[in-house]
Amino acid sequence: MRNRLAIEIAELKLTNPTMLAAGILGMTGASLREASVWGAGAVVTKSVGLKPREGYSNPTVAQVDCGLLNAIGLPNPGVSEFSEEIKEVKQSETPIPLIVSIYGFSTSEFVKVAKVAAEAGADALELNVSCPHVRDTGAEIGQNPSLVAEVVEEVKKNVLQPVFVKLTPNVADIVGVAKAAVEAGADALVAVNTVRAMAIDVETTRPILSNRIGGLSGPAIKPIAIRCVYEIYREVDVPIVGCGGVTSWRDAVEFMLAGASAVQIGTAISAKGMGVFKSVTRGISSYLKRKGFRSIEEIVGLSHRS
Amino acid sequence: MSAYLTAANRLRIVKIEDIQQETPTVKSFTFKDDLCSKAKPGQFIMVWIPDVDEVPMSLSGISPHACSISVKKVGEATKTLHQRKIGDYIGIRGPFGNGFRIGKGKVMVVGGGTGTTALMPLVGSLVEENFKVTFLLGAKTKNELVSRDRIQALLPKVAGRIDVATEDGSCGSEGVITDLAEKYLNNEEFDMIYTCGPERMMYKMLLLSERFQTPLQASLERLMRCAIGICGTCVIGKFRVCRDGPVFTGEQLSKVKEEFGHFKRAFNGRKVKL
Repeated sequence: MRNRLAIEIAELKLTNPTMLAAGILGMTGASLREASVWGAGAVVTKSVGLKPREGYSNPTVAQVDCGLLNAIGLPNPGVSEFSEEIKEVKQSETPIPLIVSIYGFSTSEFVKVAKVAAEAGADALELNVSCPHVRDTGAEIGQNPSLVAEVVEEVKKNVLQPVFVKLTPNVADIVGVAKAAVEAGADALVAVNTVRAMAIDVETTRPILSNRIGGLSGPAIKPIAIRCVYEIYREVDVPIVGCGGVTSWRDAVEFMLAGASAVQIGTAISAKGMGVFKSVTRGISSYLKRKGFRSIEEIVGLSHRS
Repeated sequence: MSAYLTAANRLRIVKIEDIQQETPTVKSFTFKDDLCSKAKPGQFIMVWIPDVDEVPMSLSGISPHACSISVKKVGEATKTLHQRKIGDYIGIRGPFGNGFRIGKGKVMVVGGGTGTTALMPLVGSLVEENFKVTFLLGAKTKNELVSRDRIQALLPKVAGRIDVATEDGSCGSEGVITDLAEKYLNNEEFDMIYTCGPERMMYKMLLLSERFQTPLQASLERLMRCAIGICGTCVIGKFRVCRDGPVFTGEQLSKVKEEFGHFKRAFNGRKVKL
């Protein structure tokens, strides 16, 4: 029987449209494999760079009324050492698409990291040009369409694997950045990363995060992410992966109706546990059946049709 | 919206009600918090020292009126905590994790160094439920034997016993606590072993539990950030210590034997030898 949940995104074949989002659990091969055991259709690693990084000191995660704030600070062992973790995922008996999230402090760093990750076995790369809380990388690149284009173009020249670009919502015109990425060769877009945000404890009068400013995730940002996906879908031809506050199948379907071919899940794991991948997948499946759709493709961007 | 509002993960600011000097390097801090008062033995909290750090700490005391953490001076955060006075404030979130499962029968509790303090609420529960408890307490030297008097005061209720080993022989048997545990296991049968302490010690306890076919529960320590199972900092194999632990069974630990007792992850994800 045909799997109505199967979806192909930039050559990657997913058995279901849920992915483990970047920055969540993906620091080791074992935990990436665990996400696939729990039902993720693809997994994205924590962002890796050229050199090891400690990240910020704690507190790095804080709960606010409407979601979670984090400023972890791109901790990673450096891409050479991380290659072992990539290989461990690829050695799994039931390998699933592995997307390696990478960052760099310059275009040439992006290229170097991309090459090592590709060599180690990444099925695709996700360019983190959207981290809201580390200087000289992430959103500082992602807010500038010509810098985004430069990074994408150079990485594309140097690796054969599909390149995803994860966008920041912290821009006036996300469509402009999305178009720049696609024109430069991006194979897919991920929308969106966290929203720059902050929390202060009133008792002690101190900012809670050690970095003071971080990124907001969870239900609070879903309407923002939906709007971003909706706007981008109208203007580009590559698949979009929705990200931001996906907790239930309804959220996932909403993203698809806006134009996403798949969704990434992160923060919801804290509330729902690892079972969230299966519960979202099952819910999408029932929705498709109930509404008489034969595949996910049939609902991608459906809200745009008049 | 409320999906993420887990009451336990909300940051609370609490006053330090009391401070006890346990050993030359360990102090206990008492505070009041309703959620912590309902914690299970073996659960932990995240302790925020504003402008300095936030660190995971096992609850060393859980009661309806007050709770406590016991802190060994090891780094910047714990050094700063040691300078805090009664009446000062700290931030807490939690309790997190699974806690110990309490079965029944005759149990061995093995505490090494400061890890012993994480076993105190457990011993309280075991004694209440009339378990026969053999407490083996180990430290490098006599001065660093934590909670000895408190354990001694609890155990007579259930005809329990305490035995001590120090590495320098300044109190009890000379040597490591696992040698003492092996001696007891050679002579008697136990229904469960509970342990908390340095990981190499707990690894030896795992091997002993396998050899003597006695179930084990061990409370693990790892670097942590989120404490709610998403950041991946505290992983050991496929497990997240903050969410799937911090207490693991011998059966679970035997699946991560290449890692347990051998290495842990640094904040940058690199492997650090234990």
